[in-house]
Amino acid sequence: MSGTRLDPWVDSYAQRAHGMSASAIRALFAVAARPEVVSLAGGMPYVQALAGDAFADTVHRMLQARGPQALQYGSGQGDVGLREQIIEVMREVGISAHSDDVVVTTGSQMALDLVTRVFCDPGDVVLVEAPSYVGALGVFHSYQCQVVHVPMDDEGLVPTALQEAITAVRQRGQRPKLIYTIPSFHNPAGVTQGARRRADLLAVALRERIALLEDDPYGLLGFDGTVPQAIRADDPEGVIYLGSFSKTIASGLRVGWALAPHGVREKLVLAAESAVLCPSNYAQLTVSEYLATQPWREQIKTFRELYRERRDALLESMTTMMPAGTRWTTPAGGFYSWITLPEGLDATAMLPRAVAALVAYVPGSGFYVDGQGREHLRLSYCYPTPDRIREGVRRLAGVVEQELELVRTFGPGNPAAQPEGRSVPGPDAQ
Amino acid sequence: MNLQVAVLAGGLSPERDVSLRSGRRVAEALRESAPDWEVTEWDVDGRLLGCLAEHRPDAVIPLLHGAAGEDGALRDVLASLELPFVGSSARSARLAFDKPIAKALVDGAEMRTPAALALPQSTFRELGAAEVLQAVADHLGLPVVVKPTRGGSALGTSIVRYQDEFPGAMVSSFAYADVALIERFVDGTELAVCVLDEGDGPTMLPPVEIVPPNGLYDYHARYTAGTTEFFIPARLADHVLAAAADLALRVHTVLGLRDWSRTDLIVDHAGTPWFLEVNVAPGMTETSLFPQSLTAAGHSVGKAMRRLVEQAVRRAAG
Repeated sequence: MSGTRLDPWVDSYAQRAHGMSASAIRALFAVAARPEVVSLAGGMPYVQALAGDAFADTVHRMLQARGPQALQYGSGQGDVGLREQIIEVMREVGISAHSDDVVVTTGSQMALDLVTRVFCDPGDVVLVEAPSYVGALGVFHSYQCQVVHVPMDDEGLVPTALQEAITAVRQRGQRPKLIYTIPSFHNPAGVTQGARRRADLLAVALRERIALLEDDPYGLLGFDGTVPQAIRADDPEGVIYLGSFSKTIASGLRVGWALAPHGVREKLVLAAESAVLCPSNYAQLTVSEYLATQPWREQIKTFRELYRERRDALLESMTTMMPAGTRWTTPAGGFYSWITLPEGLDATAMLPRAVAALVAYVPGSGFYVDGQGREHLRLSYCYPTPDRIREGVRRLAGVVEQELELVRTFGPGNPAAQPEGRSVPGPDAQ
Repeated sequence: MNLQVAVLAGGLSPERDVSLRSGRRVAEALRESAPDWEVTEWDVDGRLLGCLAEHRPDAVIPLLHGAAGEDGALRDVLASLELPFVGSSARSARLAFDKPIAKALVDGAEMRTPAALALPQSTFRELGAAEVLQAVADHLGLPVVVKPTRGGSALGTSIVRYQDEFPGAMVSSFAYADVALIERFVDGTELAVCVLDEGDGPTMLPPVEIVPPNGLYDYHARYTAGTTEFFIPARLADHVLAAAADLALRVHTVLGLRDWSRTDLIVDHAGTPWFLEVNVAPGMTETSLFPQSLTAAGHSVGKAMRRLVEQAVRRAAG
């Protein structure tokens, strides 16, 4: 006699759907969306800083001038005019390229998906930083890649460790296909690779003939105004560069891009057409009109100043309030600081208590595929105001104190069982 | 009868997401079965009392899970506003929500419930965790189940089979509540027995046998369709099912519950049902047990909820 499992398709799902399941930790983020909760979890850009009226005018003008085109299918590679403007945007990070090699995508997340689809068979290895962006780990998982984490230091991915990891992968008879890195203002670690570090990593990738996938959504958001030069600026053949307007204009537009060597680009376009036919013309032409008529560099400067003020509020309040033994990174740009809790504490186990205290963060284990990271958490300062950030840190400090009390009572090294399912928030909080 | 009904769901508990899904499902089912009614869904926040005072719904369905929703507080507020609501009174909800109190009342009424201790975090701090845990293990034996005394969806719940698993289980439980219930583990068949009272006295709906994938009906197993296998009717002898039903009905009566409840129990290998806990705002999501039980009994969620709403309105009218 068989019962019911309430899902008639349960035996039909692909292996890659394994892990797509309910999680108690993920459910807690539903509470984090409530206004009473100071959410230091979400990586949502503060789009309220955009000049709303000017943006409305931009959309209006675009529709008046190019309405029928905006509402129609478009090219799978993306609007040619926008691609030319993207070339201009990439000059800011030192990249010189041709618009033929740009593929516009539905956010850079889709570019990440397409590159993985084109490069990776099940079981292929992708080398990533330890920790790495949740959304990238999800893509690699969905294509059944094996993710290998490579250690970082204060300057990001460590080249010697990368070389060792590649050698070990090859010795196991596996195929390393991609090196995925976020060189500037890393998500979640908050660190930035220097020029020498970038050159060394590129040298490893070229020597080993592994495509280097450079994800650069935060590159223009350095707080001192200097813009790190992209790795792609030094090599047009070995690097696939991913860019995004999510942090420099608005994430709701979902416009990003990939810049790839021509052979890769051809395949990305075909893969994009089979996935979505074409990116949204409406969104692309809106971005194009915005870039053509609005002071976008000034707007980025506004974002930088706003995020720097919030970063300062976070760091100052942590210095004042967090219990001894807590450490954190000092980001020079971007959205995130990476926190190391006092010894014996477990950020995943602590999250329910934090949410009950009306503060939310993302537990560090979500940024690894192999169970590491329990002593870490990621704090985002991009969305809450400085006052709310200070209040959030005050609440978090109290929670850490309570958790320390538990450790004193029960001893360190008593992690609760890791909950099943994805223990990270949805896209509005990644 | 043309009624305005407010479904309250959400809140700030860790079960917010489950509650929102329960609320949406009940509201949609009610709109379908009572198309003339005005059914609204409200979150529970600082605006709620103002909304209730302004709109004065004819009846309220509290579907908040966890504290505030099931601990009686919200029901006290609804009663003080003289708003009819579906489900148990504040007093009964309070008794049912606190697991040690519910177990004590059930035990006092000579029903079986596994031996247990309820210990606050401070006890371990003051007396020494290792010593207390050893004493607990000596008293109850292993394995035991550790869970928060207040809360649902198995959040913070672990099975401890070996002494060295105890500290992790305690830390996990204390993440959700300040007091932990440590209960002797009973091996057997996990069963949920739902009780519905539409005015003719409480009646049992078909018991649901629960077979989770790794022995623990945890959050993942509860809310991921396809993970847990359910059997309705449960694969137990008739006399065992009758005993389980009798236990659920007696729990409903002893705790003074009203309208509906879901009792979770274990039937051991000798066929004896053991009370674990009872819920006064049962989950109503796609994978929840109460809707499965209703469907097996030939009821629809919408019609059953409609009758409970009408009953709440009549009850308030005296």
